[in-house]
Order: sequence, then C-alpha cells, then structure tokens
Amino acid sequence: MEYYSLTLQEALRRLEAGEVSSVALTESVLARIDSVEPAVQAYLALDREGALRQAEQADIARKKGQAGPLCGIPLAIKDVLCTTSMPTTCGSRMLEHFVAPYDATVVTRLAQAGSVLLGKLAMDEFAMGSTSENCAFKVPRNPWKPGYVAGGSSGGSAAAVAADECFASLGSDTGGSIRQPASLCGTVGMKPTYGRVSRYGLVAFASSLDQIGPLTKDVRDCALMMNVICGHDPLDSTSLDRTVPDYTEALQDGLKGIRIGIPREYFGQGLDPEVDAAVRQGMAMLKDAGAELVEVTLPHTDYCVAVYYLIAPAEASSNLARFDGVRYGFRDRSADSLIEMYNKSRSRGFGDEVKRRILIGTYALSSGYYDAFYKKASQVRTLIKEDFARAFAACDLMVSPVAPTPAWKIGDKADDPLALYLSDILTLSANLAGIPGMSVPCGFSGAGLPIGMQLQAAHFNEAVLLRAAYNLEQRAGVVGKKPVLA
Amino acid sequence: MKITRDEVRHVANLARLDLSEAEVDRMTGQLDAILTYVAKLDELDTAGVAVTTHTQQVVNAFREDEVRPSLPREQALANGPEQNGESFVVPRVIG
Repeated sequence: MEYYSLTLQEALRRLEAGEVSSVALTESVLARIDSVEPAVQAYLALDREGALRQAEQADIARKKGQAGPLCGIPLAIKDVLCTTSMPTTCGSRMLEHFVAPYDATVVTRLAQAGSVLLGKLAMDEFAMGSTSENCAFKVPRNPWKPGYVAGGSSGGSAAAVAADECFASLGSDTGGSIRQPASLCGTVGMKPTYGRVSRYGLVAFASSLDQIGPLTKDVRDCALMMNVICGHDPLDSTSLDRTVPDYTEALQDGLKGIRIGIPREYFGQGLDPEVDAAVRQGMAMLKDAGAELVEVTLPHTDYCVAVYYLIAPAEASSNLARFDGVRYGFRDRSADSLIEMYNKSRSRGFGDEVKRRILIGTYALSSGYYDAFYKKASQVRTLIKEDFARAFAACDLMVSPVAPTPAWKIGDKADDPLALYLSDILTLSANLAGIPGMSVPCGFSGAGLPIGMQLQAAHFNEAVLLRAAYNLEQRAGVVGKKPVLA
Repeated sequence: MKITRDEVRHVANLARLDLSEAEVDRMTGQLDAILTYVAKLDELDTAGVAVTTHTQQVVNAFREDEVRPSLPREQALANGPEQNGESFVVPRVIG
C-alpha cells in the first residue's frame, strides 16, 4: 500500500512509531499529485519545495520530542484562506495575483500543529456555486467518474481528499459548500457551529453564514482536524470562547440512548430514489447501533432557499464592495476617472455568478426594497431557527440526505442558476440557523457515484454528530473504497 | 415582471458594475426568475417576528486599548495595483 492512500490517523501512527518520515509521506503525496492531477484538477497552487522543507522540519521536531498533534501530515486548503506563502485567488481573476500579508488563523493553527501545507485547492469564484464550475482557472473533477462535477463550492477540497492528493483538507461552508462536495465525492465533511472556528483570514462571502471546516477520509480524521482548528480567536470577535472537547473521545461504538430525528420535509419531491434508499439504509444502520428514530418536523423548510438567496447575496454585495481596484486585486488601467476605474475593474474582474449575486444583494438592500426582501428574509430566518430549536427538543441529532441527487455531468446545470440554487435546499438551513452539520458517506448509486448522509445537531454538539457518523461508518461498508484513477 | 431592464441598469450602477446590453438582457431574465421565486416569502405573516442577523448572541467583544504591532506600510501597499511607496495611487478625483 502506498503512503498517500493511508488515512490521516494511520499516517500519524506510522510517524509516531518511526516507521515512516514526513519527507517520505510528502514525497508519496507529491508523486500521487503528479500522477492523478491531470484528471482531477484540484490544485490551483502547489508548493512543492515549501512542503518538503516543512516535512524536513517536522521530522526534526519529532526527533526532538516536539511533535504537534498533526506533526508531519501533508494537508491542503481551499484557496479562500489567506496564506503568506502562496497566492490566495478565491478562484477569481480579481485576486489572480494576490498574496495575503497575513495567514488565516486556521492556517497558523495547522502550522503550529506541525502539519505540512501542500497547496491551495480549486473552488467556485468567491465560494459562490454548487459545482466549482465558476472557478476562473480550472474546474475540479469528480474522482469517481470522468466528466462529473466534484460539487461546490469546496470542490477542489473534496476531490483532492477523495483522490488521495492530500491526507485531509479545509473548506468553507456558507450554504453547504463543505457538505455537498463531500457527499458528491464520498468524503467526510464537517461544517462546525457558527463561531466554533475563527474566520480570520477567510475571504468573506456572507459573514453571518460562513464557517471553515475539514474534509477528510474518515470520521476519526475529521475529529483530529477539528481538535486543531476549533477554538476562540481574539482576531475574530464572532468566534466564541467555549471549551473545545477532545473530539476523538466522541467516537464510541453504539448509540444507545441517542434519539435521531427524521425531518419529514427533507424527504420530499425531487429526491433521487437511489439517494432516498441509501439514506434510509443508513438510518437502519443507526437504529441497529442502538439509536431511537423519531419523526420531527421543520415546517419552514420550503422557505429556506428563498431566505438564503436574499441574505447571502445581500451580505456578499456588501463584502465584495471592497474589491475596487485600489488596495489589491485587478485594476483596469484604461479608465480615466475613479468611478470608471471602479466600474471597469469590477466588471472585468468578477465572473457571471458573482455579478449575479451582487446584483440580487444590492437590489434586496436598496431603498424601497429593503423591507420587502432583506428584512422579510431575516424575519423568516428567525422562524427557521425556531423550527430547529423545537426539533432538537425532541431529538439529539437529525439525519437526512445532503444533496437531492448524486453528482451530475459538468455543464448540465450551468445555464439555470435558479435550478442550481434549488439543489442546495437540504444544506442551507444549517447555515441560516448556525448549527453544525456533517456529511458522511453511506452508499453508492448504481452508476458508482457516492451518496452522503447529512447529520445535523444543535449548536456546539459536534461531538454527537461525530459519534453517530462513526457508528454509521462502521456499518456502511464504504471505508477504504477508493475511486480508480490513472 | 418583477424587475425591468432599467432597474437592472440602476442596480448595476449602484453596485459599480458595467453591464453590456447582452448582459442586461440575460441578467434581467435570471433576476426576474429568482425574484419571482423568493416572493414566496410573502405567503408568511411575519408581523411582530424579530429579525435574525446573527445566530449567536455575542453582544460586544471588548479588549484593552493597547498599542500592538500592525501591518508595516510596505506590506499593506504590496498588493496595490498602483502605489508610490507611501500611498495607493488612483485616477484624478478632483479636476
């Protein structure tokens, strides 16, 4: 077995036992990238020399007895996270040559844990999209089937993990952008509670919804990554000062005493029969593990897409106002006046989907429309949040599909933005309510495409998600199944 | 129609975006479909419902007002498309 195909925890075990060096692990992953990257297209930037240098330092630190919790593990991150060692493009022409003057807090935390940063992963421009086709530079592919989307917006983060091009990755999730690509590519993905992970150095899309989280090969790896990235950060005043548990302690066998809610609204029209069947099988496995299944209701589910596609664009239109061609980013040099310079720089720097969302958001916030759109959406958001509070009084977590269908062909939904927005219906509400959500592989379609199960819990209950996910993983028989590449 | 071509042009101007005529056509159609869809929120009576702008109740995050290291000017200017070592340079604002 090649090193690159190990799980993160198995790679760590071998490092700790002295059976392998970080340099050897890193060389193995770099060779894997050379071999499969032409087919996967996950990396926007690869820092070969930097990674090998960090690996050497990790090996020295380990010899000195100074190994951090991820010492020597090669990782990669979504290109929305600021790094001083590589450009941060956000998948946009606007930031094609931008090198951040500081590292995101999660990047610092991963470095302090001793991990090796391989590179930056492809994504929809400014994290806006569900397929990563909105990336200005390359479109990551689903490792399970040529020509199929990896999902989005963290498509590169999911594809790279599924293709063994890194041991784990980070993504960001504003409406499902970690969970949906994780489901489509057959990896584990966690969107933590809003405020659990610092957003400092995460290029903002919708500030009240954005959250950083890990994509990993299995549930234990997810817990190991969560242990490192969670916690309060004085540089992000919305990160909360709450104790971070050791998440690996949540990985106990058996679910006796755990009540699992089935939200009936999440099994409605438009749900692919194969997805429905795989998720119901997963539910039966959780029951076998000792959980009690109860029906719950989230009556405002049907309004989530409408609320999200007003609030997220409204916040985006405000956040993206900073890209004006003055302090960083693309500038159109043909303009004679300041206003013309703003207009031309933004029009040429942003792609279509970003412009579309800026227009929706600007409209929803503009004079005469604010009450009817933005305020109305923010009130319905309260009703959605209250739905979750009521549901979690009756259960410890909820399970559902992540996406209504398995992955589809690249280009298939590219011309109908509303149809694509509607495919986000099962993941958006966790961001609107600020609760944690997870995607865990539970089966495959007849065509061999992965299907994930979504787990959602009340604020700061990531541990119960990991416990249920671990039990599902033990029983689903998908661990160790790999896509065939190159 | 929920939104007209003129309104799209107006909003684009507010957002500092230049749209070609073809873009105005395409965006008007797509925005109309999206705004027609989101109008389903009108089915709900939200009189008296509080707004949610953040999901966590963080009131204020105060810290001591101490001088701390900040970004050196050279680094702050480094990504500027045009700068003169002291400030960002923009096209003339006042004639």
